[in-house]
Amino acid sequence: MSVSVDRDQAFLDTVRRVADELAGPNADSVDREARFPIETIEGLRAEGALSAFIPTELGGGGVAFETIAAACFELGRRCGASAMVYAMHQIQVISIVRHLDDAPWFEEYLRRVAAEQRLIASVTSEVGTGGDMGRSVAALTPAAEGRRVFEKQAPTVSYGEHADDLFVTLRRSPEAEPSDQVIVLAHKEQLELEQNGTWDPLGMRGTCSPGFLVRGELLPEQILATPFARVSAESMSPVSHILWSHLWLGIVTDAFDRARAFVRAAAKRSPGETPPVALRLSHLMSELSLLRAEVGSGLRDFVEASAEPDRERLTTMASALRFNNLKIATSEQAPRVCQSALGVCGIVGFKNDTPFSVGRHLRDTMSACLMIANERIHQTNAGLLLIAKDV
Amino acid sequence: MTEEIRKIVADHARLSIDAAGLAADADLYQAGMTSHASVNVMLALEDHFDVEFPDRMLTRDVFESIAAIERALGELRGSTVS
Repeated sequence: MSVSVDRDQAFLDTVRRVADELAGPNADSVDREARFPIETIEGLRAEGALSAFIPTELGGGGVAFETIAAACFELGRRCGASAMVYAMHQIQVISIVRHLDDAPWFEEYLRRVAAEQRLIASVTSEVGTGGDMGRSVAALTPAAEGRRVFEKQAPTVSYGEHADDLFVTLRRSPEAEPSDQVIVLAHKEQLELEQNGTWDPLGMRGTCSPGFLVRGELLPEQILATPFARVSAESMSPVSHILWSHLWLGIVTDAFDRARAFVRAAAKRSPGETPPVALRLSHLMSELSLLRAEVGSGLRDFVEASAEPDRERLTTMASALRFNNLKIATSEQAPRVCQSALGVCGIVGFKNDTPFSVGRHLRDTMSACLMIANERIHQTNAGLLLIAKDV
Repeated sequence: MTEEIRKIVADHARLSIDAAGLAADADLYQAGMTSHASVNVMLALEDHFDVEFPDRMLTRDVFESIAAIERALGELRGSTVS
C-alpha cells in the first residue's frame, strides 16, 4: 500500500470518528435549534481536516479529491448540516488549490488555512441576478492606497457568521460587464457583515444561511488571477455538484439504514416470517442504488477529466451538461428515497424522537433542489443542448 | 470572413458596445457576451458557414474573440476539405 493511500485511509477513519462521536450525537440539537454544528467543525479542526486537500508542501494533508468526497458522504450519514458546511468549505479550498497559479499571496493564504484551520464561506449568490452565479452586480472598486472596496447584497451566506474568511465573486471593476467576474478572498477583519432577516428554514438548519449585506476592503493580491468563469467551469461548479451529491447520498444512506433497522426489528418480533414491510425495503434499496450509481459515476468522470492535460474536457459544454445533470438527478432522487424510507418506517419514522426518525433526512434533502435552483440549471442546459452534440 | 463573423457577433452576442469598432482579438465575454448569448452566436455561425462545431471545440476559449472564432472556422473548413 502506498503512502498516499495510507494517508487517505487514516484521514477517512478520522472523519468517520468525528462523524460518529460529534456530528451524530449533536445532529438533533443542531437541527432543532438551527444552530451551527460547532462540535463537528471544532472536531474536524482539531484533526486538521479543514486543510486535508491542501498539498503537503503548503502544510496541508494532501489527500485525494475522491477522499474528500468520501468524507462528505461519511459526515452526511450523521449530520447533513455538518456535512454541508464541510463540503462548502472544501469547494472553496479546492477551487483555490486548482487555480492559484503559484500566486504568492494565495500560497501563503493556504499555509495559513492549514496552520490556523481557517474556515472559508462563500458569497456567490446575489440579489438582482435572478439566481445566475455567472453574473454579478457588485463590483471591485479602486480605493485609497491601491486598495479595493466592494459592497454585495447576498440572499444567503452559509455560516457567514462563523467563517474566518469569505470567498466572494464580484465584477472585475465598476465598468466591467456583469459576466466579467473575479474571485476575491477576504479576511473577517477586512469585512463588515450586516445580517438581513432571520434563519428558520425547513431543513439544513445548521448551515445558518441568512442573507447579508457584505462590505469589504482588501489588497489587489487578494484577487485570484484566473477569471471566475474558468474557475467555475473547471472546478467550482463540478466540485460543488459532486461534493453535495456525496453528502446527500450520505443522508439518504442513513435513512435507508434506519428503515432497515426498523424492518429487522419487526422481523425479530415474528421469527420465521418475512414481515410485509421488508418488501418495501427492497424497493427502497433499488431507489438508493440508482442514486449511488449516479453519484459514483459523476465522481469518476470528474477525476478522469481532471487528469487530462489542461483539463480541457472540463471546459466543454458536454462536461457542463454532465455535471449539471448529476446535480439535477441526485437532488431530485435524494428526497424521493427519504420519503420511501418514511413509507417503510411509518409513524415511528414520522416522529422526531425514535431511532427510526427520518424527518430530518427528508427535510435536509429537500434543500437539494434549491441550492442553485434546478429550474435555473435546466434553463442553462436547454441552451447548451441546442449546440452540444455528443452528450 | 472576419466581417461575416463580426456581423454575426453584432447580431447575436448582445454586446454592450458596437461590434463594428471591436478589435479582432478583443475579449467578447468582457464586452458583455453571456454564455447564453454565446450559444446563439455558435448556432448562427454553424448556420451561416454550414459547419458543425464538434464538442471538443465548444469551449469558452474558442468563442472568446472574433480572431479565435476565425481560427476555429479555419480549422474546421480545413479538415472538411482534406
